[in-house]
Amino acid sequence: MKDIRAKVKYNRVVASNTYLMALDLGPEPFKPKPGQFVMLRVGHTTDPLLRRPFSIAGVDSKGSLHILYRVVGKATALMSQWSPGVKTWALGPLGKGFDLGFEKDTAIIVAGGIGVAPLIFLAQRIDPTPMIFLLGAKTKDELIANEILPKKGVDLKISTDDGSMGYHGPVTGLFEEALTRVRPRKTIVFACGPEPMLRQVACICSLQGVRCQVSLEAAMACGVGACLGCALKVHKGSKPSYAHVCKDGPVFDGDEIVP
Amino acid sequence: MKSNKPDISVTLGGLHLKNPVIAASGTFGYGDEYADIVDPSLLGGVVVKGLSLKPREGNPPPRIVETPSGMLNAIGLANIGVEAFIKEKLPWLRALDTTVIANIYGHSVSEYGEVASALRASDGVDALEVNISCPNVEMGGMAFGTDPEAAARVTEIVKQNTDKPVIVKLSPNVTDIVQIAKAVEAAGADIISLINTLTGMAIDVRARRARLANIYGGLSGPAIRPVAVYMVYQVARSVNLPVIGIGGIMEAVDALEFMIAGATAVQVGTASFVNPQAMLDIIDGLRQYCSENGISGLAEVVGSLEA
Repeated sequence: MKDIRAKVKYNRVVASNTYLMALDLGPEPFKPKPGQFVMLRVGHTTDPLLRRPFSIAGVDSKGSLHILYRVVGKATALMSQWSPGVKTWALGPLGKGFDLGFEKDTAIIVAGGIGVAPLIFLAQRIDPTPMIFLLGAKTKDELIANEILPKKGVDLKISTDDGSMGYHGPVTGLFEEALTRVRPRKTIVFACGPEPMLRQVACICSLQGVRCQVSLEAAMACGVGACLGCALKVHKGSKPSYAHVCKDGPVFDGDEIVP
Repeated sequence: MKSNKPDISVTLGGLHLKNPVIAASGTFGYGDEYADIVDPSLLGGVVVKGLSLKPREGNPPPRIVETPSGMLNAIGLANIGVEAFIKEKLPWLRALDTTVIANIYGHSVSEYGEVASALRASDGVDALEVNISCPNVEMGGMAFGTDPEAAARVTEIVKQNTDKPVIVKLSPNVTDIVQIAKAVEAAGADIISLINTLTGMAIDVRARRARLANIYGGLSGPAIRPVAVYMVYQVARSVNLPVIGIGGIMEAVDALEFMIAGATAVQVGTASFVNPQAMLDIIDGLRQYCSENGISGLAEVVGSLEA
């Protein structure tokens, strides 16, 4: 884990209210794994005070980080104003990433909205393997531009809640359909998106005996497991307990979030 | 005349710290979480997360929310319990070259005594810090720290069950903090630390719900600094005990405010979330302040407010 003085390389719009930013981490960048995140410093003053957690959406050949984010509040609004050359601090790589120890199985990737961010990095790294990439958004304008999505050997399907493009309905609809085309024991599911969507995906996987990994988020202060702020109820063994999204996650086994 | 190697060590209540900067309870874990970035042996001290007799899982989420220049927390005193601490965390802490302070609390007066007693035999802990801001279940849930009598009884029982210096951490959620400070001094406290968090609440206007599952929580960060500085000033001139100042310290200049007001040492908490290097930057800043002002020993700054 390092706290690196990072420099914005570019920060461009890739969908409605959605930006892709590349951060130069300098000569000794940390080397993240898919599913890990960074705590980015957003202000230079005391307001906004806390850093914000962002999944890593990719790493380029020079070790620069890609951050894909949506403007949802004060801090992301500030970030959207950053131009190339702006400096910030990036603490990382943090958290437990996706477990990539599976062989020759089909991967079904389920992305809900801005949850697509860590899944782009994942897709980069698990290539080649048969991959079904399901991308859901509220409406056509919020769909991430095609050029960012993985291409080689990927069966890409799109859904929009309002039917403005692709399948009309939630991405879980596409997911249930995809499951009918694969063998449960030879499939692994990776999902990221709104929490209700993840719980639904995890539930379906649990019922069908399909291995599933979900990437969650939570409001965080420290990001390293010191403050205990990002507690999440998990079901491991006989008694439910609190895990911490920053340290025990953000990637969890689907079974852990299904009561 | 410039001092090329200022002495920034401080002595208080039987403790000698290599510098006055201590990591506050609940913000530095057990010391290993930030170890990649902050070498604990560079700090004046580390206060570990508050320990209770039995493990406590803490409150349901959401446990934290950012507020203007601050944050509210309702972690719920989550901790692994004093026994697990001694077995699992103390060995690592013992090996650190820094002062280790165990923050403790109880749900009743007697529980405070039991936790102190459990730590008595263990070496590795250099001092106890007593959190009196938690609710007393025997007093209808009122915080020990809001009643001078209760605060005194807790101080006494901890003193009876330990040979180590006892720091009592005061709650600011009181009408007269000097009254509480005097009560714990009379009861035998060796050092007083203040302030703990200020009670506060935030509401999500769209959902019409409290942002914390616990409804209310403790406010920390720069927003509380003026409250803390004034309370340190009041307490330091009213008791004969050394004082540790806590409350929104982000940089060396903030730490100096507290020292000039009367604090011999300071604790830094929320700042570590914003800048993991904050404590190290503060230590460097204090050294630099001494060099630039011809101060050979930082201790001479303590209580130096011009009347």
